[in-house]
Amino acid sequence: MSSTTSVPDGPGSTELTGLAASELAAKIAAGEVSAVEVTRAHLDRIEAIEPAVHAFLHVDREAALDAARRADEQRANGTPASPLAGVPLALKDVLTTTDMPTTCGSRMLEGWTPPYDSTVAARLRDAGVVVLGKTNMDEFAMGSSTENSAFGPTRNPWDTDRIPGGSGGGSSAALAAFEAPLAIGTDTGGSIRQPAAVTGTVGVKPTYGGVSRYGLVAFSSSLDQAGPCGRTVLDAAMLHEVIAGHDPMDSTSVNAPVPKVTAAAREGADGDLRGVRVGVVREFGGEGYQQGVRDSFRTAVDTLTSLGAEVVEVSCPHFEYALGAYYLIAPSECSSNLARFDAMRYGLRVGDDGTRSTEEVMSLTREQGFGPEVKRRIMLGTYALSSGYYDAYYGQAQKVRTLITRDFEAAFGQVDVLVSPTTPTTAFRIGERVDDPMAMYRADLCTIPSNLAGNAAMSVPSGLSAEDGMPVGLQIMAPAMADDRLYRVGAAYEAARDAASEVSLLDRVPRLEVA
Amino acid sequence: MSTISRDEVAHLAGLARLAVSEDELDTFAGQLDVILDSVARVGEVAADEIPPTSHAVPVTNVFRTDEVRDGLSRGEALAGAPATEENRFRVPRILNEEA
Repeated sequence: MSSTTSVPDGPGSTELTGLAASELAAKIAAGEVSAVEVTRAHLDRIEAIEPAVHAFLHVDREAALDAARRADEQRANGTPASPLAGVPLALKDVLTTTDMPTTCGSRMLEGWTPPYDSTVAARLRDAGVVVLGKTNMDEFAMGSSTENSAFGPTRNPWDTDRIPGGSGGGSSAALAAFEAPLAIGTDTGGSIRQPAAVTGTVGVKPTYGGVSRYGLVAFSSSLDQAGPCGRTVLDAAMLHEVIAGHDPMDSTSVNAPVPKVTAAAREGADGDLRGVRVGVVREFGGEGYQQGVRDSFRTAVDTLTSLGAEVVEVSCPHFEYALGAYYLIAPSECSSNLARFDAMRYGLRVGDDGTRSTEEVMSLTREQGFGPEVKRRIMLGTYALSSGYYDAYYGQAQKVRTLITRDFEAAFGQVDVLVSPTTPTTAFRIGERVDDPMAMYRADLCTIPSNLAGNAAMSVPSGLSAEDGMPVGLQIMAPAMADDRLYRVGAAYEAARDAASEVSLLDRVPRLEVA
Repeated sequence: MSTISRDEVAHLAGLARLAVSEDELDTFAGQLDVILDSVARVGEVAADEIPPTSHAVPVTNVFRTDEVRDGLSRGEALAGAPATEENRFRVPRILNEEA
């Protein structure tokens, strides 16, 4: 079985945009195609279909082509920077870049160019990866649909009336629309995995501390984690190894060797899971889950069994309280982190007419600079941290966080990985949940526990839901610093899924044409 | 359970330095009420003896050697400022504010 999953007949597939990152990397390394040609093909595709998708907030054609030229020169000199040298990538607009604006999807930072590079951006550059541009997102990464972007929603390439997930909907849509073969996301409660699930792509939240947060504009510091996104498990693994590893600039960065995720993905693609113990989380997947999601999950579990995995049911009794704990902890940290947007040192300033005080200017700026969801969370966090409420809300949520971590520890005492659906439903329609925050929050029901506990988790496509033809994601969870298990199991599952189907999943994305 | 009034929302908005319109006060009061009702379920968990977790990775202070390193230059630090004067951030008046 091949270790790469190509997309032979997909949209733009006769062209370079249809290839997986691993395939592009191999062709570039072999001199069959130049990084400039590959980059130009993706830039052309972006230009053609962006009006229909709106995955990007900023595309820098010249800078991308310059980076591609450097990659070609290095290859010609026999010194390619990394195995992914010359391969294009879409970067979520929450990671700082000194050569492009960084807006976090907010009016507050419109037009701001940061004075320093995030470690993720710096490592991508050092690896010769070509950054095409910055992708759309829910404002400051708060949301599950990308509708909270101040610059307009991103559309799901599978059905442009539907959301691409969030907060990293721009990154996932760019992959599913074949605008980029690789992308970077960030995941605080599911913002990599949920968009991956609803767009039929692969997304990984590494172990907390596995990828540096330096230059990742903070939403909830104890939960935020950047990670790799791709159309195949192997592609995500190769990108994981570029961005992961200890960084002295992030005091929460784990000082330990990066798990061997690329080797694990290649090993997994052989399809042998004998000896691997898989736990199905009993609390996730029953009532309240779309039928097509449940069916797809059951089929995926059967596939894992057929590959030799030993599948058992595992109970994690406190997971049902994870959503509540998350929506107290994350807003609390958010209310503190976003206090930095004070209209004094960078970003927007409103109403400074010489008559208003600093406090009045601050309040007016924050009123006009932040959208409704960000304001809701700031106020929720302010409430949860207020004296008189602190113990009942924030304090209690932190104790529940301990119990969720213990549930994981007990489960990983019995099994090597846990599995669940990634999301309770497929992509919903744009506008459907904007006025119902709790309905929106429930999209992250299954992804949140891994953020609270800090362990590693992946979403890998498990097919299409029968009732609406939209993609469904299988979530795989592994203990902290055992990210390699995700890739082994994910790659094995992916290979079996593709072998069972005549057409590979992303070949079924509708061809997007712009009139 | 929790009932959050318009006045409380106005108070929270003040604490968070958010100017909020009259219409927004009503919208946010209703929405925050629904959210708080839902997240308050964490209170059902018996956790009196359970230690809180503030961070998934047990971290203590991380130190580096105490040596001088370059930071941002003045120009870099001021480059994104909404207003500058004499190589400094210019801010609105902060003295003689009325409550």
